[in-house]
Order: sequence, then C-alpha cells, then structure tokens
Amino acid sequence: MEFFIQIVVNGLSIGFLYALAALGFVMIFKSSSVLNFAHGELLAIGAFFFLVLSVSAKFPLVLSFVLTLVGCFALGFLIERFFLRPLIGEALIEVIMLTVGLAVMFKGLMLFAFGGNFFKYPILLPEALALNWGMVHVPAAYVSSFIIGLVCLGVFGLFFKYSSQGIYMRSVADHQTAALSLGVHVRRVLALSWAIAAVVAAMSGIVLGFMHGVNVHELSAVGLKVFPVVILGGLDSIGGAIVGGIIIGLLETFTGGYISGSLGEVIPYIVLVVILMIKPYGLFGSVEIERV
Amino acid sequence: MRRLIFRPCGNFKERYEQEIAIFGTDFGRVWIWIGLALLLGVVPFISSPYVLYIINSIGIAAIAAIGLNILIGYTGQISLGHGAFFGVGAYAAAILATTVGFPFWLSVLAAGVVTALVGMVFGIPSVRLKHLYLCIATLAGQFIIEYVLMNWEGLTGGPRGIILPTATLFGLDVSSDRSFFWVVFVSFAIMCWVAVNLVRSRYGRAFIAIRDNYLAAEGMGIPIFHYKLLSFGISSFYAGFAGGLWAYYTISITPEPFTIFLSIQYIAMIIIGGLGSISGAVFGAIFITMLNEILSLATEYIMNLDILAGAALTVAPLRDFVFGLAIVLFLIFEPRGLAEMWRIIRSSFRLWPFSY
Repeated sequence: MEFFIQIVVNGLSIGFLYALAALGFVMIFKSSSVLNFAHGELLAIGAFFFLVLSVSAKFPLVLSFVLTLVGCFALGFLIERFFLRPLIGEALIEVIMLTVGLAVMFKGLMLFAFGGNFFKYPILLPEALALNWGMVHVPAAYVSSFIIGLVCLGVFGLFFKYSSQGIYMRSVADHQTAALSLGVHVRRVLALSWAIAAVVAAMSGIVLGFMHGVNVHELSAVGLKVFPVVILGGLDSIGGAIVGGIIIGLLETFTGGYISGSLGEVIPYIVLVVILMIKPYGLFGSVEIERV
Repeated sequence: MRRLIFRPCGNFKERYEQEIAIFGTDFGRVWIWIGLALLLGVVPFISSPYVLYIINSIGIAAIAAIGLNILIGYTGQISLGHGAFFGVGAYAAAILATTVGFPFWLSVLAAGVVTALVGMVFGIPSVRLKHLYLCIATLAGQFIIEYVLMNWEGLTGGPRGIILPTATLFGLDVSSDRSFFWVVFVSFAIMCWVAVNLVRSRYGRAFIAIRDNYLAAEGMGIPIFHYKLLSFGISSFYAGFAGGLWAYYTISITPEPFTIFLSIQYIAMIIIGGLGSISGAVFGAIFITMLNEILSLATEYIMNLDILAGAALTVAPLRDFVFGLAIVLFLIFEPRGLAEMWRIIRSSFRLWPFSY
C-alpha cells in the first residue's frame, strides 16, 4: 500500500511536470501551429542557466530564478528573430525541420559546455514545503512542482481566453494571413509566444532539475515525452495538456514500478500510437473537419 | 542514326513528354553511362580499403536518403523514424539470414518488404490526418522500435546483437570491401533509376499534388490515404533495403546505431542535399557521410595531441552541433539544398562564354 501511494505521488508530480512542459509546447503550437522539437532543449537551457547562476555565481535563489526567466525570455526572442523570422511564409514542414535542427544544435552546445554528467542543485527549497502524511513522504521539490504547475496553468489558461495578446495568438494560429489583414502584428505575436514558451520551459526545467538532478540527455528526453502528452490531451488544448500530462505521468510510473523500468520509458509512445488510431484529436483537442 | 540533340538556346518544348524527359540532351545520357562505367570499373581499383569503406557507406546512406526524399521531399510527409526503419531492415535481414537461412539477395529484398510493412503500421493512423501527425507517429515508432530491438531478446538477441553469415552472390564471396562495392552501387543505380522514373510517373505526380495542396489533390480525385500510405511504404522499403545491405556489410549488428540521431542525420541529408530531388538525396548522403568522417578524424587528431587529450572528450558533442547548424543554415539560406546550387552552377556555364 505504501509503495502504491508513493507511486501515485511520484506519478502525479511527474505528470504535472509533463503538463508544464507541454504547456510551453502548446503555446507555440497555438500561436503558429509549429511542432517545436527543440522544447526539451529549451527546458535544459533554462535548467543550466539556473545552475550556473545559483551554484557557480552563488546568487540567492529568488534572484537567480528571476534572472533565468528574464534570460530565457530574451533567448526566445532571439530564436524567433534569427531562426524563425527568415522562414515566415515558408511551408510549415520546413519550420518544423528547423526546430529539429535547432534541437540538435542546442543539445550539442550544451553537451560541449557541461558534458553528459549529472548536476545537483544545492538544497535551496525551504523544508517546510515538504509534506509528511503518515507513511507517505512528498519532497519539497514535488510540492513546488505542483504549485508552479497550477499557477502557470491557471495564468496561461486565462491569458489565452481573455487577454488581447492571447486572442491575437489564437487568431495568428488559425489563419496567419487573415490575422495580418485584420491588423494583428504577426511578427510580434510570434516573438512573444516563443519568448513565453522559453520562459515556461525554463520553469519546468528548473523544477525538474530539483526533482531529478540536471542532465542534458534526461531533460531533452522530456521534450520528446511532450508529444504523447499533447496528443492524448489534444494538440491545442491547455486543459488537455494538464490531464494528458497527469495520465501519462501516472501510466509511466505505474508501468515502471510494477512491470519494468524500460517499458515505463516507452509506454507513453505506445499510448500515442493507440490514441492516433482511435481518437486522433485527443481528449480535448478541437476536431478539424475539412471536406472537398 | 537519329541526330544528336543539343541544348537549344531557349525553351522550345512542345509536348509534355519533352518536359518530363530525364535527359534534356544526348550529352546527359552519354555522361551518365561514362560516369557509371568510371564508378563501377575504375573507382574500386584505385581506392584504398578505407576510401572504399567510406564510398560504400555513402552508397548505402544514399539509398536510404532517396527513400526519405520520396516521402518528405515529394509527398510532404515528415518521418522522424527513418533511422529506426533502417534498423528494422538490418535486423530483418539478419534474422531471415540466420534463422530461416535465406540467401543474401533474398534476405536483403525481404528486409525491404518487412520494413515497408512495419512502416505502414505506424503510417496508417497518421496518414488519415493532416500532415503534422505522421512525424509524431514516426517519432513514437522510433522509440517503440528501439525498445523492441533492445528488449525482445528471443528475436533480436538484445544488446548482444546478431552476427550475420558472409554475403555470397551466385556462389561468389562478396563480403570484401571491393566486391561489396559492386553490390552496393549496382543496387544504388537500380534504386535511383526506379526512383527517378517513379516520381515522373502517375504515382509521383500524385505525391507531388498531395504535397502542394492536399485539398486540391483530393478534389482532383486522388485518393489521398492510398497514396500517402504508398509513399510511406516505398520510403520504408528503401530504408529497409539499405539497412539489409548495411547489416551484411558490417557483419555484426547491435541496436545502438539506430537511434533518433540516425533519423536526424537522414533528415539532414535530404535538407542539405535538396528536398524533392533524387540527386539531392545523393549529394546529401555524400555531404553528411564525409562530414561525419572528417569530424571523427578531427576528434581523433585532437585526442592524439598530448596537451589537448582531456579536451577531446568535450569536442565530440560538437559533431551534433555542426549537424544542427548545417540543417538550420541550409533551411534559412538555401532551402533547396546542394542540388539547387549544382543546378545554378551548371546553368551559369550553359551559355558560357556568351551569357548575357
């Protein structure tokens, strides 16, 4: 029973992280319908940024967190400016392959700078955050992932639904040319969505770093786990990202705990294929119907 | 004897057959034959074993890259699992050769067919949908196949891998670098010929129509599902065939090489070579294989310098960086790749020295 509850707790916290990572991904998809294969690398960049600031430069926790977010915001802008803007108006397939190229490039750079080693953040989180219910122990990192996850998901849900920028983003995703002719500043919207996605990715990278340590390979693999999550939840749904993330997280820890660890790694992708067969637009995705 | 055709000074094509002809002039046809004769008759005798090894790797990579270009470049469907399908081909050939006892030529062909079937399993759910989904499904395919190769020990031998029998063709041992060269490049020539003719046939034109506008294509009566699946099957067949050849060439196979990084290398090949061009896939295969070799030679060279021995380990990941950078730069500055550069160079010589 203790094992079971521990697995549920682990699954939920990993699931929240997947949801958080998927959120940044859905952000870019919603504003430009680009599948971002470099999302895991953005996660890792954020985590290493924080590592350098908090461990090497010894800045206080809050300051280095804020600086990381600012840095990643700028990075998102730069990525859009230098890599994606030249491709505005090109076929979507080229933009998607550009993100694949960016992913390989960033990963190589990070491996060059930090190597494939595991790094640990110092114990910076207040222990008061940790929960102890009888036999179940929830570490502080997990609790903070719940909190950050919930706050982000709430804020971005409202942002897309009600703020003017959020509505611009949805309009750009729906039809770029139509949005342009209605006076939406498409380039600014795209730049902003990449910047916000980089910030969200950095946050999830940092939380993941607290939970499992910082490692280039692990973090960039999370970027690919996002795909089962968003397919299950529906590619363009923020609520779907949460539900999908939690389901995938639970599934992964349960399979890993009860059957075998290596099967746990691959089960999300099996689910992905099954979902594509029976419910291709996911649980909450908007169904696109086109008839000729 | 009919008159030789020279390149006219302008566009005087009157019929559709002239437009889709592979060789505009008789010179092209002659040069192809001369090139083939040089390739098959001279190259294997003047190259050292190491150079032959690289050329063979290029030939095998080029076959797989042509397949991927039919899918991405002509049909507009992205596959992120080409490396895994290459692995499926390698394992299919190995398993058929060791347990069923198929001869060399049959197991390589069967590897292609098996891979086409495996590919279609992942293709079916995604080709029903708009084009984004195939790349997600093939990404899943990549990880599932990697898992199966590693964990189905009864069939694949797990991490230990499989050792293949020597390749024999018509009773001759063809496993040495030089004799395998002929096997690789004769099949390469056949696969190229098939691909070049496929893309100008009814099927190829349907693929291109789907790539350019799938709604219009469906409106014109092209059954999209059927053709997308066909394109995916053909592309997987090429990958499997190349994988089978590769398995026989390296003799022992393990699951390690068939990672997502291999898939990304194939994507890099066709982007750098040129999307939607058969010669582009070949250029890309040459470029990436050479880049790989040069980078590993450079790493080795740095490792042998005593002062930098420690630094060499950290230099190795720069290989990934260079790949990524090459993909990004080509997409931004020359999205049509080396094939387009080659065309520009050629056409600037066309009217030389009297161009205006």
